[in-house]
Amino acid sequence: MNQRHLPEHPDFLWANPEPKRRYDVVIVGGGGHGLATAYYLARYHGISNVAVLERGWLAGGNMARNTTIIRSNYLWDESAAIYEHALKLWETLEDDLDYDVLFSQRGVLNLAHTLQDVRDSVRRVNANKLNGVDGEWLTPEEVAKICPILNTSPDTRYPVLGGTWQPRAGIAKHDHVAWAFARQADAYGIDLIQHCEVTGFLRDGDRVVGVDTNRGPIRAGRVGLAAAGHSSVLADTVGIRLPLQSHPLQALVSELLEPIHPTVVMSNHVHVYVSQAHKGELVMGAGIDTYNSYGQRGSVHVIEDQMAAALELFPIFAGAHLIRTWGGIVDVTPDASPIIGLTPLENLFVNCGWGTGGFKATPGVGWVFAHTIATGEPHPLNEPFSLTRFTSGALIDEHGAAAVAH
Amino acid sequence: MLLIRCPWCGEREETEFRYGGQAHVAYPADPESLSDQDWAEYLFFRDNPKGLFAERWVHADGCRRWFNTVRHTGTSEFEGTR
Amino acid sequence: MRLSTGGRIDRTTPLRYTLDGVERTGFAGDTLASAMLADGVLTVGPSPYRHRPRGIVTAGVEEPNALVQVDGEPSLTATTVELVDGLTASTLSGVGRLEPLDEQVHDKKYVHTDVLVVGGGPAGLAAALAASSGGARVMLVDDQPSLGGSLLSDREVLPWVATAEAELGTRPEVRVLTRATAFGYYDSNYVLVAQKRRLWHVRARRVVLATGAHERPLVFEDNDLPGVMSASAVRTYVNRYAVLPGQEVVVQTTNDSAYETAFDLAAAGAQVVSILDARPTPPADLVERAVSAGIEVRAGWVVRRALGTTRIVGVSTKDGELPCDLLAVSGGWNPVVHLHSQSRGTLRWDDRLAAFVPDQSVQANRVVGAANGVYGLAEALAQGAAAGVEAAELVGCPSTELALPAVRPREVTPPRPVWHASGDPDRCFVDLQRDATVADVLRATGAGLRSPEHVKRYTTIGTGADQGRTSNVPALGVIATALGLDSPGELGTTTFRAPYAPVSFALMAGRNRGALHDPVRTTPIHSWHVAAGAVFEDVGQWRRPRFYPRAGEDMDAAVLRECRAARTGVGVQDASTLGKIEVVGADAGEFLNRMYTNAFKKLTVGACRYGLMCGADGMVFDDGVTMRLAEDRFYVTTTTGGAAKVLDWFEEWAQTEWPSLDVTFTSVTEQWSTVAVVGPRSRAVVGRLAPSLDVSTEAFPFMTFRDTVLHNGIPARIARISFSGELAYEVNVASWYGLAVWRAVLAAGEEDDITPYGTETMHVLRAEKGFPIVGQDTDGTVTPHDLGMSWIVSTRKDFVGRRSLRRPDTARPDRKHLVGLLPTDPEVVLPEGAQLVAPGVPLTPPVPMLGHVTSSYRSAALARGFALALVKGGRDRIGETVVAPVGDHLIEATITEPVFYDKEGARRDGSVAELAERPMDTAGRRTASPSLRGDAVSGALLRLSPLFDHPLASGVGVRLVEIPSVPAVNVQGTADFPRPEPGSVAQWGERAVLWLGPTEWLVVGPGPDLPGGVDVSANRTTIELSGPHARDVLEKGCTLDLHPRAFSEGHCAQTTVARTQVILWQTSDAPVYRLMVRGSFARYLADWLVDASREYL
Repeated sequence: MNQRHLPEHPDFLWANPEPKRRYDVVIVGGGGHGLATAYYLARYHGISNVAVLERGWLAGGNMARNTTIIRSNYLWDESAAIYEHALKLWETLEDDLDYDVLFSQRGVLNLAHTLQDVRDSVRRVNANKLNGVDGEWLTPEEVAKICPILNTSPDTRYPVLGGTWQPRAGIAKHDHVAWAFARQADAYGIDLIQHCEVTGFLRDGDRVVGVDTNRGPIRAGRVGLAAAGHSSVLADTVGIRLPLQSHPLQALVSELLEPIHPTVVMSNHVHVYVSQAHKGELVMGAGIDTYNSYGQRGSVHVIEDQMAAALELFPIFAGAHLIRTWGGIVDVTPDASPIIGLTPLENLFVNCGWGTGGFKATPGVGWVFAHTIATGEPHPLNEPFSLTRFTSGALIDEHGAAAVAH
Repeated sequence: MLLIRCPWCGEREETEFRYGGQAHVAYPADPESLSDQDWAEYLFFRDNPKGLFAERWVHADGCRRWFNTVRHTGTSEFEGTR
Repeated sequence: MRLSTGGRIDRTTPLRYTLDGVERTGFAGDTLASAMLADGVLTVGPSPYRHRPRGIVTAGVEEPNALVQVDGEPSLTATTVELVDGLTASTLSGVGRLEPLDEQVHDKKYVHTDVLVVGGGPAGLAAALAASSGGARVMLVDDQPSLGGSLLSDREVLPWVATAEAELGTRPEVRVLTRATAFGYYDSNYVLVAQKRRLWHVRARRVVLATGAHERPLVFEDNDLPGVMSASAVRTYVNRYAVLPGQEVVVQTTNDSAYETAFDLAAAGAQVVSILDARPTPPADLVERAVSAGIEVRAGWVVRRALGTTRIVGVSTKDGELPCDLLAVSGGWNPVVHLHSQSRGTLRWDDRLAAFVPDQSVQANRVVGAANGVYGLAEALAQGAAAGVEAAELVGCPSTELALPAVRPREVTPPRPVWHASGDPDRCFVDLQRDATVADVLRATGAGLRSPEHVKRYTTIGTGADQGRTSNVPALGVIATALGLDSPGELGTTTFRAPYAPVSFALMAGRNRGALHDPVRTTPIHSWHVAAGAVFEDVGQWRRPRFYPRAGEDMDAAVLRECRAARTGVGVQDASTLGKIEVVGADAGEFLNRMYTNAFKKLTVGACRYGLMCGADGMVFDDGVTMRLAEDRFYVTTTTGGAAKVLDWFEEWAQTEWPSLDVTFTSVTEQWSTVAVVGPRSRAVVGRLAPSLDVSTEAFPFMTFRDTVLHNGIPARIARISFSGELAYEVNVASWYGLAVWRAVLAAGEEDDITPYGTETMHVLRAEKGFPIVGQDTDGTVTPHDLGMSWIVSTRKDFVGRRSLRRPDTARPDRKHLVGLLPTDPEVVLPEGAQLVAPGVPLTPPVPMLGHVTSSYRSAALARGFALALVKGGRDRIGETVVAPVGDHLIEATITEPVFYDKEGARRDGSVAELAERPMDTAGRRTASPSLRGDAVSGALLRLSPLFDHPLASGVGVRLVEIPSVPAVNVQGTADFPRPEPGSVAQWGERAVLWLGPTEWLVVGPGPDLPGGVDVSANRTTIELSGPHARDVLEKGCTLDLHPRAFSEGHCAQTTVARTQVILWQTSDAPVYRLMVRGSFARYLADWLVDASREYL
């Protein structure tokens, strides 16, 4: 069988400039979110005197470690709105960025295994429809039609009682996405500075006026914090407490296999989500390790449990091989929804707490975070995701209510 | 898989335990007297250091005792109790 | 071509195999690759993207090209597949094919050792010998069929290998695993080792890594032509497999090692055209030996290009072309540092060796031999031995004697690394498996990429199934050159991640598949439900009857019939899955006051009370009815799914917040079977069932309980609790009587046509009364006030979550309230999960939603459809209509109070009619309730274990039997009996006292009641596992160290076996183990044990 060769990357991606002493905006964190934010700042807000500071190599954190699933079929209005906004951006992203990011709308199946799963799924699908998010409830027979290799027999330990189906959902190639944003940001004259670790913030009273880095202080009109798992460590340096806990999240790939899995299947009940990437490898994510860690490594029993669950759903995977496992650091909030907005300090803005959901939101986050930084006010799409909701109690509880693994 | 020392049962595999998050977060003596902000602090805000972390575990499938440990969140190595 | 003599193959045992449809033959001891080469098959599948011909390159796990599909399993490397008779293989072009495979058992083992040695080569063997000589527990794992490692590739294998292996065999504490690949090194010296059908989890106090080194290729034009082979692989094929991969050979090297290849080739009769040594001055001794063997050595030479189209026919050099049909290349060596790196050990670039070598160890390990950059045999042996001695010392078993072979040390001359490649960059291959060339690397660096991680992603170098074993360092070399750096060292290393070698999904999944995937919890009455043709539903791990269809009935018909029976006659449900916790202690009432929203402190003994529990966030967490058994003793029930959660919750608060409270908790979920007898005729049925009990309303009011003895002698605790609004009783008996009592209830109800019903009917009945189900009508965002249950929220005491209810958002008046819904069309049953919107709102997204339907049914009693829903400001909208968009039509419904049936609660004590005809036989009797501990003799005969019909297996190696029920009492707090040491068992007369925790004991055996004790005699089932292989079986599912030095007669532990919590008690060193498992898990554990024992039966 002839494999699809990945599309050629452009001949030029980005320069490697030395940091200037001052920028209008400094973005802390050169992951997908940081790069997208920089790009939208230039594109829609005319702000291109921007630096993205990355302590390692660009997009080397969770952007390089996720399972690249894209969907917007969330239960709550606030979540559906921001993820759907992202999905709409995804749908034109390749043209906007002039880069083949292998965005593939192959659909996402969220399986239901118990009667309560079914109630929750139907509830979510109905909410999705009324929010303008495509989705439908499928019977086991319909599920089997979409993904014939799924074991939909009623005799399994947790039979598939049906599933929700979002046809517009899918996957994209993470490195390509990050590099596409980076390339355009670079083209706008934005400085992408790698191996530049932010160690603290420059303050003038209650105003943030820049950052300290391992390459000296850099002053900035505004600072956007987009450091994922490391957000709370950085916020701590200016006495801002974020309701975050950083956990390992593991993922893995198989060897290259002939196409066999046409879509993306997620099962919250048995903790599996799997797709087959363009090269042909099966890409899978596991559940979050329960303990706090910045180690980018998890516990192997999580992988073993996930393999067992995967084989219950996909008996034909028995012969596939585990080729590589890895761990990311996900920053999780009490309600499993992100924090995007203002902080108690003037000119410091934060985007964090994406848990396992960050990749799919990349363009949407960049878009609203750029708006928030540029205008100093949250966009209506991210207003509900403020830090203050934890005091008022107005949570957006995506795991309390029928959440599915990301 | 973490190897966790239960103060009563000795070293056991992580799978026998459940994680309890940050240690030494006491239930407020008089919750009703707290402001919404202070109550939210108790409810939702926990330390999340990269480094030594005083945390709680319960030996759920063993002696069911809760206990505190100090673990390095970078290396996941336990450094005793505190 | 196969040589007529030599090699470590067994020429007397030919093996037939099929490759790409062609029948071929090899010998025992062959790999698929060596058999292919012997047959002259050098070329394998073409490259995946550029479709260039490719050949076998290596003789081991690092092979980039020779991917094969073997008997349905994809993507194996022919160089690691051991040839077996009848094997069927097909070559792959970089891409595997998933095929259905027949179910095979994949086993897991959890073992502990003092010292784990990875790698059975000279260094590893020496380490294992040294480490074990003092009696330490040592495990030696090696991925080859036989020990020896690199020595197996010598012309004559060092005789010491055999003696060392024999010596290890005589040491009882040594375990040697061959064909075993250590692939993952995790925290606390936790190493995973893969055999074909068995996955070993090894906890080691010390680890010695003797994982050897892999030879590097060189990057030059057309270096991917079939016939370009690793020099060390050529030597392996010649000496170990007696295969000559070519007749006319050019050897290209940058170091000493390839000379041996040349010498062995010549000795095997091949013509060695020339040795090209990149170094200006090769070591004199090697040149001498070459000359005496008639081989010319060209110093300072490097191949520029391989010639040929489908296979190499020659090489071009700076001085013209040389003919050959085989080019043996050594581009230097990479120590196999994968496991060291996985263990978080650091690496450093060694300029002299031109390789990354281990720097600092972080965990308790040592890296020795070639894996540590030590290539001399004598030095490797010495280093391995030293590591073994050190390990033995550190684990407290100092080593004694150690016999190392006399080997003449030889100073290894440093290599000269060659990174830059001559020729067309687009034909100089860096990663054969990924089809990536120098040109790709140059494009990446040209694009502005500096980090090797970026270059790898840009080019996909190193992302193949071979994890870049052969391409990693050459790639770094090419990148460094492109960026004008001196060496790959300046680029830093990449981290190595598990697995070191591919592992099949099936192996990782192990035994947790099919029926054993996850425990199925069942009640003692389960077999009856199955026989009755019940349809089941999964609730957590429980399997509960959902309804009992009669012939020709669908679910709706069955549920309507079951509901009608419960409302007009009598129904019966197995409610044994409810979580049950005994809460004991002087402060038990105070504690429950703090946990529940309502008060329990003043509950009178003999009474029951419904309670609601919140999380700290004020959201409904669980609910259930609690009985007060005595001043200091409560019997708490939880939801079926919530039992474990609630027990943890209780323990957490009691232990971590209020340690001063005198209160303890004992799970008794499996101690009790609960049979709910529901309906106007239930009094009659219970009257017949418990003749000595006065069931009159006056003597036995609602929300009280009585202890009694049933007509069949079974002691029972009967409570008047109703989840349906009807007159109802819950009959609780020790679970081993569950089935007998179920049958007795059916018999007692026969004349009333008693009807068994399932969870679906239970849900309808409670919904008609507006009783919410936590988890269905709540979702973690619902407060007691939202449920309209403010009446149960105390304002006079604090309780967990109370403060949260005052937060701005939780105090909003327009929150979602639980209300009733009546579809305008009574025939309609709203779909659960339907969203609700205001009538008339345009359905153009986003459509504002008012809430959703949480429960919806057809009611026999109301003769219509009805529902419960969470609706914004719902209680202020009573009477309003809402619409539910369902599919492409709208269903209209009216918002109502959530109580639909018997609003005034008149039926609770039974209907007037029923009271009139109350059976006389029970009227006015008075008897004292006996204690539930100890039994009425006649009752004892009716006991059944959850395994009564389970065929436990026994055989020569393993014996599995059930130990019949024995009295057992759980005691917490203080003990006035002999206290065992932690983790052990004390004898106390006829009784055994098992240590369960610092202040918890299990007292097993007959004897008087114990103050503060909780009877758990029926809670657990005891399976005895014995026989010579008992420990082997247990090691498949138990992570404890079961070695006699760690766990022996008189020891006990609470732990997990096969995903079930057990009390493990070793009663004899024979060995004999007792596994005490909670009854609902007994069948799963029994099935698992039988399955795990199979190989020993």
